[in-house]
Amino acid sequence: MRAICLYLHIHQPVRYREYSIFDVGNSHNYYDDDYYGRQSNERIFRKVTDKSYRPMLQLLENNINQHPNFKLSLSITGTWLDQAEKWAPELIAQIKRLVETGQVEIVGETYYHSLAFFYHREEFEKQVRLHAIKIQSLFGVTPKVFRNTELAYNDELAKWADEAGYRGILAEGWDKVLGWRSPNHVYRPHNCSNLKLLLKNYRLSDDIAFRFSNRSWKEWPLTVPKYQRWVDDDCLRGPLINLFMDFETFGEHQWKDTGIFNFIDTLIPSWLAEYENKFVTVSEACELESPVDEISMPETVTWADTERDLSAWASNSMQYSATKDLYDLRDAVLSSHNPELIRDWRYLTTSDHVYSMCTKYWHDGDVHAYFSAYASPYESFMYYENVIRDLTYRLNKENSTTSSI
Amino acid sequence: MMKILMLGWELPPHNSGGLGVACLNMARALAKYGADIDFVVPYSAKHPNTSFMHIIAATHLDPIARYGGAYESTKILEQLIPTANKTQYVSIRDVQHLYCDFIQEFLKEHHPDVVHAHDWLTFEAGVIAKKQFALPLIAHVHATEFDRAGAHSGNPLIHEVEQEGLIAADRIIAVSEATKRIIHENYHIPLNKIEVVYNSLDESYNNSIYRFEDATYSYLEQMKAAGYTIVSTVGRFTIQKGLHNLLHAAALAIHQNPKLLFILAGDGEERNELIKLSAELGISKNVIFTGFIRGKRLRDIYSLSDIFVMSSVSEPFGLTALEAAHHGDALILTKQSGVSEIIWSAMKYDYWDERKLADEILSIADNQALRETLQTNVKQEYCKISWDQVAKKCMKIYNNVKHKRN
Repeated sequence: MRAICLYLHIHQPVRYREYSIFDVGNSHNYYDDDYYGRQSNERIFRKVTDKSYRPMLQLLENNINQHPNFKLSLSITGTWLDQAEKWAPELIAQIKRLVETGQVEIVGETYYHSLAFFYHREEFEKQVRLHAIKIQSLFGVTPKVFRNTELAYNDELAKWADEAGYRGILAEGWDKVLGWRSPNHVYRPHNCSNLKLLLKNYRLSDDIAFRFSNRSWKEWPLTVPKYQRWVDDDCLRGPLINLFMDFETFGEHQWKDTGIFNFIDTLIPSWLAEYENKFVTVSEACELESPVDEISMPETVTWADTERDLSAWASNSMQYSATKDLYDLRDAVLSSHNPELIRDWRYLTTSDHVYSMCTKYWHDGDVHAYFSAYASPYESFMYYENVIRDLTYRLNKENSTTSSI
Repeated sequence: MMKILMLGWELPPHNSGGLGVACLNMARALAKYGADIDFVVPYSAKHPNTSFMHIIAATHLDPIARYGGAYESTKILEQLIPTANKTQYVSIRDVQHLYCDFIQEFLKEHHPDVVHAHDWLTFEAGVIAKKQFALPLIAHVHATEFDRAGAHSGNPLIHEVEQEGLIAADRIIAVSEATKRIIHENYHIPLNKIEVVYNSLDESYNNSIYRFEDATYSYLEQMKAAGYTIVSTVGRFTIQKGLHNLLHAAALAIHQNPKLLFILAGDGEERNELIKLSAELGISKNVIFTGFIRGKRLRDIYSLSDIFVMSSVSEPFGLTALEAAHHGDALILTKQSGVSEIIWSAMKYDYWDERKLADEILSIADNQALRETLQTNVKQEYCKISWDQVAKKCMKIYNNVKHKRN
């Protein structure tokens, strides 16, 4: 028996616009840029819907209907759902149909795609709860397997998930941690009693997610027979192939004309054509075998960059101070009991914002620059701090009105 | 051995601006790659520490004479070069003709592999070398008349000389993509004839024994101690530098944060206008005009500043930004400056976007984290740009044109 565990991550941040110091105190509109503006959430959401969400969901639905053994797992952030409700509600209806087939499982995470676990435990737990409530209300299910934002994982997080009653948790299958061990097994996280650990097979995942259309890659073009041969070979190391990637791999990171849709559309039936092969959801993967070993990750491991650590979100003083300024405001924001203010503050916790302030590879103009909605990390930080200033302004104003009453 | 005939207009210490410094650094780096350089200047004078090349005087004129009375105000030149001898004034066109005559004679005896001409001032001589002696010509563009005239029109005679030189050249070197675009759009030169080679910081800048002493500007020191943020800009006060926009942005910023001091270092035809404008905007107290400064006094300004703004409407390269980076300033550059093409660790804006400039100044002044990140990162970045790389690129271009001809 050999299983592919396909897990796709669906997310869009709510970007703040180029919010000027001259707006502070005058306009509290941080998140609605002009439709054609650089940070227009609506324009970007509609664009990615056309290029990726709609065609890929349709492709998945067709395969789910045709192949009862095709299964997958999705994690969907609250910030994506908020935007889909406004601009593409049909996508939510479609995902609901998929969930109802029993072939699609929803994974738990923070509502706001935040790294709150590392900065504020209470806020983290609140955001996980908010996400679970949202998933329950839209799809009628409660997540049983957890993934933290950017697959940021350590022993402490596993301990938390174990105590919170999750069945499993996802992490990067990073060689430095695994050593000679293979990601193709179920593991037991250090110090946990029930929780199972699933590790991303980053080579086979990234062949699709990053290298698929790269013409200078010696394996280009990647065909289904070739890829399936690699999977067959890898299965000799263990029966479970964890393919974890962004949903947007299909249509947005790899455009339609690269052949990515045909590739996945062919791979699914081709894999299922062999009698010993199947697809599993993340919960099923956890039950595939008893944990073969215990794994400890005292240091945080993520799925980002070659470093696989948190440095893309926390490595320069702009990022440190943005994070500090944000979480310093939390108590005051929550005690205002003003839902709009709280929502505006929570949108700032999305990790994409501090990611766009990363300067590590900035001069090389690499993926950080490509994925950024801002002209530079410095501008991103500038506008972020202006939003924080305005939140502070609103808090002070509320306090002065409350005290005058 | 590659024999190069370089046609230049000035070399330090007889320079009025960046052109001479760039030529000297380029020649020195080229010599290290084995180039045998004859460097022609339009005047007679001594040039210390230039034994790596032969400097040849095209005329017996005093260095001050070369810009004649036409090109820049003679009064400023007198300040720049105190040895000026007023009786020697001839027009800049006269000097150019003398220069051309000299080249014509010189080439009858000498046989360089390549002729490398710097800016319109020497382009006519370059065209003679190309047309009469069939030598490969490289036209190096440090600035065009469109830059000097603030992106509109300019002197039609200079346009003609520029165009003729650019058409005759086998290869053109532009100091930035922005300059390349101007050459292509305004002179209709095909893009594949124009190479971009960025300038670098003067090599002596890193090695010199400059040390900051607070005594020079004790008032500014005091203001800094009182919590003021110092924002500076350096350059000629001409329309090209976009200083009106800078003052309008300064007014917007000072309105939000009165603890900002703007230093405008330099001089030029717009000086009185700018002083008047800062009074009209009500920010005279926060704007300081230093007049023309150079050497240590200039470096002290860079050292004292927290932020350096390059506000140019059009700037072929913008070496002052690298100098400021060297002294640890956070940079704000217009997208229209050549230097903004290669420096990533800087805030950028369009020269007309006064509000954005104000935004950026206020953010850097208020946020230590932003200021520090900009300052640290740009220091790591600017030192990667070197004259050695410039020379390597030039040698490659020389070899290409020489090879093509053979």
